[in-house]
Amino acid sequence: MAVARNKRMSIGAAQSPLLGAAMFSPAVLYILLLVGGPFLLAILYAFSDARIGNTEMHFVGLENFRSILQSPSFRVAIRNSFIFTICSQIVVIVGANILAIALEKAFRGRGLIRFLILMPWVAPISLGAIGWKWILDSIYSVITWVLVAMHIYKPFSAPMWLGEPHLAIASVLLVHSWRLMPFSTVILLAGRTAIPKDIPEAAAVDGSGFWRTQLQIVIPMMRPIISVAVLFGLIFTFTDMTVVYILTAGGPFDSTQTLPSLAFALGIQGSDLAAGAAISLFLVPLLVILAYFMLRVAHRAEVN
Amino acid sequence: MAVVETRDLTKVFKEGQLGAVNNVNLETREGEFLVFLGPSGSGKTTLLRMIAGLETPSSGEILIGGRVVNDLSPRDRRIAMVFQSYALYPHLSVYKNIAFPLKAQNVKKELHKEKVEWAASLLGIGALLDRKPRELSGGERQRVALARAIVREPAVFLLDEPLSNLDAKLRASAREELERFHRRVGTTTIYVTHDQVEAMAMGDRVVVLNKGVVRQLGTPTDVYDNPADTFVATFLGSPPMNLAELGDVIVGFRPEHFRPVSTITDAALPFRFNVENIEYLGSEWIVSGTLKGGKLDGKKVFSRLSSAQNLQLGGRYEFAVPQQHLKFFDRSSEKRAEPRAVSWQ
Amino acid sequence: MAKGISRRIWGKVVHILVLGTFTVLLAFPFYWMLITSFKQNLDLYTMENNPFLFNAKPTLDHLKFLFAETRFIRWLGNTAFVGVIVVAITLLLAVPAAYALARLSGRWGERLGIGIFLTYLVPPTLLFIPLSRVVAYLGLQDSLWALILVYPTFTVPFSIWLLMGFFKSIPKELEDAAMVDGLTRFGAFVKLVIPISVSGILTVVIFTFTLVTQEFVYALTFISSESNQMIGTGIPIFLVRGDVYYWGALMAACLIASLPIAFMYNLFLDRFIAGFTVGAVK
Repeated sequence: MAVARNKRMSIGAAQSPLLGAAMFSPAVLYILLLVGGPFLLAILYAFSDARIGNTEMHFVGLENFRSILQSPSFRVAIRNSFIFTICSQIVVIVGANILAIALEKAFRGRGLIRFLILMPWVAPISLGAIGWKWILDSIYSVITWVLVAMHIYKPFSAPMWLGEPHLAIASVLLVHSWRLMPFSTVILLAGRTAIPKDIPEAAAVDGSGFWRTQLQIVIPMMRPIISVAVLFGLIFTFTDMTVVYILTAGGPFDSTQTLPSLAFALGIQGSDLAAGAAISLFLVPLLVILAYFMLRVAHRAEVN
Repeated sequence: MAVVETRDLTKVFKEGQLGAVNNVNLETREGEFLVFLGPSGSGKTTLLRMIAGLETPSSGEILIGGRVVNDLSPRDRRIAMVFQSYALYPHLSVYKNIAFPLKAQNVKKELHKEKVEWAASLLGIGALLDRKPRELSGGERQRVALARAIVREPAVFLLDEPLSNLDAKLRASAREELERFHRRVGTTTIYVTHDQVEAMAMGDRVVVLNKGVVRQLGTPTDVYDNPADTFVATFLGSPPMNLAELGDVIVGFRPEHFRPVSTITDAALPFRFNVENIEYLGSEWIVSGTLKGGKLDGKKVFSRLSSAQNLQLGGRYEFAVPQQHLKFFDRSSEKRAEPRAVSWQ
Repeated sequence: MAKGISRRIWGKVVHILVLGTFTVLLAFPFYWMLITSFKQNLDLYTMENNPFLFNAKPTLDHLKFLFAETRFIRWLGNTAFVGVIVVAITLLLAVPAAYALARLSGRWGERLGIGIFLTYLVPPTLLFIPLSRVVAYLGLQDSLWALILVYPTFTVPFSIWLLMGFFKSIPKELEDAAMVDGLTRFGAFVKLVIPISVSGILTVVIFTFTLVTQEFVYALTFISSESNQMIGTGIPIFLVRGDVYYWGALMAACLIASLPIAFMYNLFLDRFIAGFTVGAVK
């Protein structure tokens, strides 16, 4: 009798909202407390004069924002954040598409090549960055040595890759692109394999050459996947402070600062929590825009 | 318009194994609708793809319009192909789908509209030009695929099982549309299918393939009434031809020719038949059972009748096959042999 | 005849060139780490020497230095410790949550799932300042437990997203059959769904572990003393004494830290991609 009742109850509870709530509330609670809470705290700090070491905190209205917007290093940081993010993304999307085309058909050793190509992405960011720091060292850089050996520069007159502002910016761009390339490549590769085989064949029969087929048929069909790769890439680069911190520490003379690295420099190293929080809040608008596009891509995929 | 010819065409995918296509020699006639018929794995699609230029032959030659095309890309062969899935470009409108071959061949932009509209009107899809493929029904997609194929005015059409993705009801009307289309346009067409009903209905001639080898090339009448070997004999016709081994020969007779003695007036070979199953299909009856007596005792056979009202399950009846409808095949080679006198007693 | 063959050869050459160029550009720094690890200091720090050759005999000095005179092993241990515990916490939070969202919660489940995924987009570089105060308030500054507390904020959302897709692909009929046989919904989850999902769970384990090893901002902000460092922060910061970079040991450490993660990542790559692209590729 009890068994029969059990059976009825358990099958009837197909939707089980109570059990469902019990199962996901720990995660939701944790996220609310440790993401939602600190997020609100960041906003609070941005409107205050909080400092590390001070126990008191006062409301100061828009004062922090005013002084930030007037500071030249902030303007450089916001400019750099956009330059690094957008330029590296362009390089990566073009490169990753080419590389995905090259990796599409199986060939001997493809597994090994894939392993090697993935290294920049799987290695911890800071370790890859410091590897590049050695390669771009002002004295012992292997790039310098090669350029001197090719007589493009005289010894001791090669540029300092991380020491001159424009070159430093280029170096940071290089490392960001280098790190992101494998991620995008691998996602695009997955997108390519999802395209039915007979579509490029139909294009070939229709008279389309290789590049026309890629540019007018295959790549447009990959739009959702490309969107995903681009959106994630933009987020990863825009919110990263590690590459700048390791390569240049924001220098020379703050020329390679970005929003996150500046927030760290002022907020933690400079103990000015309020300024740091205010700067980091400038990340939010772009993230909201990117999140919106992410949802649109996911929604379109559901509809189709 | 052109004639497609293959000479000793072979395709081997794995070294040492039997090829997917083995020494196929065939030649189409101008403007004909030629069907490649065979079960899956028979090589019919591989053969088609080699003609299209999507697979490279291991050996042998392909000629289109008298020219050897082995080294030509699909683009340069002046062929058009309709795939099983239709392979419509999902992100392009119907108009742009049809216009794509023109674009790819660098036809002047001014001419696109005229040609697309001509192809669309030929297939009655003028109203669909602004739609996207995902908004179309299966039949409409087939028409768009055909329009895209014809817009280039190719020399040869290649169709790879275009009806298999449609549901049964749609298939009949889509088949009829294809036949009408071919009559209107008259381009040499090669059509691949595993469905023998399609092959019989649509083909001017049928190439029956098995394991990469051509078993017979002939009109539907040829392959049905005069099968070249037991494979062709049993592949065409449903239920398949009854085959019985008698000595060094295999005797075959189609179910529709295996009837009660009372219905036959010509000279016929008699059999004793035990009815074990009766299926009423509305327009006909399929009766199956076993033969009794002599060398053929226990052999399962099928009969197709327009009326089976006098037959009962488990009953034993006198059946016969008219002499002229008996087919003979050599036991060892399974190939068609001369008629001879046989007895199963 | 010739046209077809030469076109194919040309295509192959371009293919190899493209692959070669990209592979070299992407993998070169790691090759460079490898060489640098075994070069003697006087070889490394002599400008005229061809850096592509071993101008002096290869040496194990840097490795000896790394393992004997730095806290590298300790950092590896710290990272492993944090990794294991964060993996456990992540599984405990994410597995039931993903199941609940995939199966039990209907429309609200979808929305909540999306909401959780969006929290993945809130970056550490936004939260690190307030979290540093939270950590200080809890008395966890300079403790690995600060990282253990905070890391699930980015491992849990992504793991839930990954597992949701995975659970959705398990046919509902399996659990229905189990419930007809007498199990409760939760019992079916524990006794049936979890064992089937071992590969999905394993993916989450590996993915979480790699996220932990790659993290930098929190590790930099919360941990200050040398012996409590993670490998991502210890190596670039504490293998530098004053202004002197111990490049040989540095490069060795980078390589040693990166390779195991690379192996694990490669094994589960397809699953990770599915996690990122869920929905966009149907």
